[in-house]
Amino acid sequence: MLPLLLEQLTFAAGGTPIIKGISARIEAGLRTVILGPNGAGKSVLMRLCHGLLRPTSGRVVWSGLRSGDPRRHQAMVFQRPVMLRRSALANVVYGLKLAGKSQRESELRAMDVLEVVGLEEHARRPARVLSGGEQQRLALARAWALGPDVLFLDEPTANLDPASTQDIENIIQAIHASGTKIIMTTHNLGQARRLGDEILFIGGGRLLEHAPVDRFFREPASSEAAAFIKGELPWH
Amino acid sequence: MIGDLPIYAMHCMTSLWEALAAAWGLIAGFDATLAQIVGLSLQVSLSAVLIAACIGLPLGAAIAVERFPGRQTLIVLLNALMGLPPVVVGLLVYLLLSRAGPLGSLGILFTPAAMVIAQTVLITPIIAALSRQTIEDAWREYDEQLRSLGARRLNAAMTLIWDTRFSLLTIVLAGFGRAAAEVGAVMIVGGNIDGVTRVMTTTIALETSKGDLPLALGLGIILIGLVLLLNMAAALIREAAQRRYG
Repeated sequence: MLPLLLEQLTFAAGGTPIIKGISARIEAGLRTVILGPNGAGKSVLMRLCHGLLRPTSGRVVWSGLRSGDPRRHQAMVFQRPVMLRRSALANVVYGLKLAGKSQRESELRAMDVLEVVGLEEHARRPARVLSGGEQQRLALARAWALGPDVLFLDEPTANLDPASTQDIENIIQAIHASGTKIIMTTHNLGQARRLGDEILFIGGGRLLEHAPVDRFFREPASSEAAAFIKGELPWH
Repeated sequence: MIGDLPIYAMHCMTSLWEALAAAWGLIAGFDATLAQIVGLSLQVSLSAVLIAACIGLPLGAAIAVERFPGRQTLIVLLNALMGLPPVVVGLLVYLLLSRAGPLGSLGILFTPAAMVIAQTVLITPIIAALSRQTIEDAWREYDEQLRSLGARRLNAAMTLIWDTRFSLLTIVLAGFGRAAAEVGAVMIVGGNIDGVTRVMTTTIALETSKGDLPLALGLGIILIGLVLLLNMAAALIREAAQRRYG
C-alpha cells in the first residue's frame, strides 16, 4: 500500500482554491501528523488522500498497492463521530459486513476490538447515548476492526476533555503499535509532539514544511511554522 | 322577532345535545351501520397508506441519495403535489377508471378498490416528499462516514431508511391521517354507495345534508378520536425512540 505519493495535488471548491499544489511522499511506519492553523486545508487534504474528495488536478498514488481497491485498505475517524442508530456492537459489525465479513465473524471481531477500547460493557447499548469520548472510542474501534493498513484521523480529540483525549491517544498508539500507518490532523502542538514522528505543516493550502517532529519543533524552516509554534506555545 | 331568538338558540342547543347523546349511544352500542362504515374507512385508508409507503419511501430515499439532472425540479414538483386537492385527484382517477377511460376495462369504478387507488395517489407524494427531506438530512450527516466504510448507494439508502425509521413512521401516520380524513376523492370515485363504498367522511357529508345528525356526529367523534390517537402514537413513538436510540 505505502508509500503514499501526492503529486501536485490541487483542490478547489466552487472556484475557491483550497489545496494549491501539494506534493509529498508519505512513508510506512512513521506516524504522520498534518499540522496547521484552522482553515489551512488539513481536513480537505486528508479527504483527498482517503478518496472522499476528488482532486481538481494532480494525483493521489498508493504506490505500494499491487492490485485491488485502495479503499479496502484504509479507514477514517472523523472529528465528530457519526454513530448509526443501533447498538455499539452493531455499529462495528456494520463496517465489517460492508467489508464482506459474515455476521458471526463480524460479531467476534467486533467484540474483540470493543474490549481493546474498553467498551465491551457498552456493547449492547445504543451508540448514540454514549458520551462523546465513548463515541469517539467506538469510532476508533469501528475503523480498527477493519484491519486497515492506513488509518486517517481528522482532529480526533478536538471536542473532547483531557481524560477522553488521553484515552484516544492511548488507543491511537496501540493501533500504531499493531502496524497500522497513522495519518492524523491536529492543530494541537502538544498532541503533535506526543503522537507524531513526522510533521506535514500546512498553511494557506500549501505544504510549507515536511520534517521529523523533533527537528520541526527545534528549528522550523519556514517563518510560518516558527510563528505557529511560538504563537501557540503560551497556551499549551 | 327579537323575542324568538333565545328560544331558537335553545332549540339548537337541545338538538345538539340530543344528537350528541344519540351519537354516543351509537358508538357505545357498536351500531352495525356505524361499525361497517368505520371498518371500510380503515380498510381503504390502511391499504392506501401501505401501498403509498411501499412506493413513497424508496422513492424518497432514492431522490435523497442520488444526483441526477432534473432532481431539483422533481423535488419542487413532489413538494407541490403534497398540496394536491383531493377532488382533483378524485376527478383524475375517475377519468382513468370510467368506462371510456384507459383503465375502464378493470371495471372497478365505484368500488373500494377505486377508493384505495385515489387515496394512494393522494398520499404517495406526501410520503415521498417528507421522507426525501428526512433521509436527505440524515444523508448529510452520514455521507462521508458511510462512503468511508465503503457503502454503495443502495447500502447507504437502506441504512438511512433504517436509521430514520421512527421519523418515517411519523410520516406514514401523517399520510394515513390525511387519507382517512379526506372526502373529495373517495366521494367521486367511490360514489358513496350505501353498504358498499360509504366511508366515514362521505357519510358525514351525506347525513349532515340529510339532517341526520346523530350518525354524522358519531362518525365525526370517531374520526377526531382516530386522528388524535394517531398523533399521540406518533409523539410517543418519537419520544421513546429519542430516549432509546438518541
